[in-house]
Amino acid sequence: MTALPLISLRSVSRTYRTDGIAVTAVRNVSFDIAQGEIVAVMGPSGSGKSTLMNMIGLLDLPSEGAVHLEGANVAELSEDRRSSLRARSIGFVFQSYNLLARHNAIENVALPLVYCGVSRAERLARAERSLQAVGMLHRAHHFPRQLSGGEQQRVAIARALIASPLIVLADEPTGALDSRTGAEILALFAALNRTGQTIVMITHDPGIATQCRRTIRLHDGELVSDETVAELLPRRSVAS
Amino acid sequence: MTMLQGFQIALHALRLNPLRSFLTMLGIVIGVASIVTVFAIGSGAQLRLQEQIRSIGANVLMITPGAVYQGGVRLKDGSKLTMTEGDVQAILEQIPEIQAAAGSLAGTAQVIHEGKNWNTTINGTTTGHFMVRDWQLASGRYFSGAEESGAGKVVILGSTVARELFAPGDDPIGAQIRIMKVPLEVVGVLDRKGPAQDDVAFVPLSTAKLRFLGSASNINRDSVAYIIAKVAADGQMAGARAEIESLLRQRHRIPAGQEDDFKVQDPAAAMEAQQGAIRTVALLLVAIASVSLLVGGISIMNVMIVSVTERTREIGIRRALGGRMRDIRLQFLCEALVLCLLGGAIGVAGGITLSMTVARMAGWVTSIDGEAIGLALAFSIATGLIFGFYPAHKASRLSPIEALKTE
Ligand SMILES: Nc1ncnc2c1ncn2[C@@H]1O[C@H](COP(=O)(O)OP(=O)(O)OP(=O)(O)O)[C@@H](O)[C@H]1O
Ligand SMILES: [Mg+2]
Repeated sequence: MTALPLISLRSVSRTYRTDGIAVTAVRNVSFDIAQGEIVAVMGPSGSGKSTLMNMIGLLDLPSEGAVHLEGANVAELSEDRRSSLRARSIGFVFQSYNLLARHNAIENVALPLVYCGVSRAERLARAERSLQAVGMLHRAHHFPRQLSGGEQQRVAIARALIASPLIVLADEPTGALDSRTGAEILALFAALNRTGQTIVMITHDPGIATQCRRTIRLHDGELVSDETVAELLPRRSVAS
Repeated sequence: MTMLQGFQIALHALRLNPLRSFLTMLGIVIGVASIVTVFAIGSGAQLRLQEQIRSIGANVLMITPGAVYQGGVRLKDGSKLTMTEGDVQAILEQIPEIQAAAGSLAGTAQVIHEGKNWNTTINGTTTGHFMVRDWQLASGRYFSGAEESGAGKVVILGSTVARELFAPGDDPIGAQIRIMKVPLEVVGVLDRKGPAQDDVAFVPLSTAKLRFLGSASNINRDSVAYIIAKVAADGQMAGARAEIESLLRQRHRIPAGQEDDFKVQDPAAAMEAQQGAIRTVALLLVAIASVSLLVGGISIMNVMIVSVTERTREIGIRRALGGRMRDIRLQFLCEALVLCLLGGAIGVAGGITLSMTVARMAGWVTSIDGEAIGLALAFSIATGLIFGFYPAHKASRLSPIEALKTE
């Protein structure tokens, strides 16, 4: 029996039009992501990785083709519905952390729950658990400027996890970190994946990509390869 | 996101920049404070007038001296006492609509009782005065006929004078007081009628003439300074007035075509007109104060637009984390509302303080009513909604992807 993929892209293209000049950032890309996968997206700068990620994360819509989240065509959902899905089902991690500078760590982590209608007490309780999971509970009341890059990224990951999302999308999460800190963040992602968390991660670093079971490569907006490394296959079979 | 969360986020954001927040709301503060103050002074003035109208009594006509010609020269109105006790008598007897009438002579003097003294108005009149003004006694009695005709050494005190001269437990009735060295017996104390009215002492007209004002050069034996007369019914005011005018012209032998040497006035009507004027001026001042509110609103809009630009990245983050467009709009609208409400509250407090200061320093009566405060707060909420909407709308329309790319 083939399980319904979590995410499925069908002939997805995204064309930007500025002053009459059309730039096609993503061209005719199709693939599925199943529950529990960890996927690396690679490609040179400007190859359309972030554009692709924005569409998976419901921040952007394809110009052609369709993105399905749990079987639903996201283009057919209302803007408000897509926002709610971002709060509940998507966890974003950015290269530049994107924590709110004027809020402390725990408030930053709790932020997505504000948009899920969760009470303040429960928000804080869940934020504590989330911070605990990334080993940052002891810094809960520190502000981003008081934290190192690696620590900020851990807080950002705690924020991405707080609503128990279907999928975590990370756009170069280690891009701003030194290699040792980057490796720690990567280990954190690997640990999360072992608990069943679906993760899609954009990276430039081939070393990081090899630690993911599956690697999707883009070039000039086109999908050039989609490889799953056999020896890292999980015991249960992956729907393809 | 709920309204409450919107306000929490707004308060958090505003607290981070208290000086800027305060300066932003200053226009609202000033506008609301001026509205509250103007209302307080305006309605204080109205209250005072209403009290005066009430204290005059209903359906009262007042006759005062008018212009006089002496050797072909027109003298100033009121410079000569042209009315007499005979006029009072004639008005009472010959005009059926008049229920009561009294003539008065008045001046100021010091009244002394034991160690205490007090400067007040001394009004020489007859018991008719109290009838015209519907003025009851708190204790004691009015003047007797013998006292009125025989310059009796008696006095009826207004409640302020009684309070100033006598200790709270003391009964003034029967006590001796002195006015200009003349000892007088207190026979009555009047009911309270209002702060401006109660500061007075009444003596019989004959007493005033004989003992206090007799030496004044412009007073002959029969003169009174003014006459008050009570008309039986509201609808008879105009008729009674015309009759008094023709009676007095006849008595004063004023040839046709010459100006009257007296004026008949309806003080209540005059004050009502004055009241209308006060209302107009107050409305004008409120309109001016509203301009300050408008300027305050524009300043809030301006700062909010800057704030939206500064916080573009925050907006992008909130959108990416699931904030709907309406959540972002609500957040910034709440910020504008909090600014306006806070400004409004500070303005109300400032306005109350200001009008109380004015009341103390200038001695004006001010009155702060809930209606004015409610109106001022409603104005500031409206300002927040109107001028906060555009920046909030602008914030909600930002593309999350573009917003996340800004530095
Ligand atoms: N808003 C936009 N308007 C016009 N062109 C755009 C816009 N956003 C992206 N592009 C173009 O789309 C292409 C893909 O951009 P994208 O950001 O997806 O690349 P990327 O793979 O994430 O690159 P990097 O590794 O540098 O982050 C680029 O050529 C870029 O110039
Ligand atoms: Mg990118």
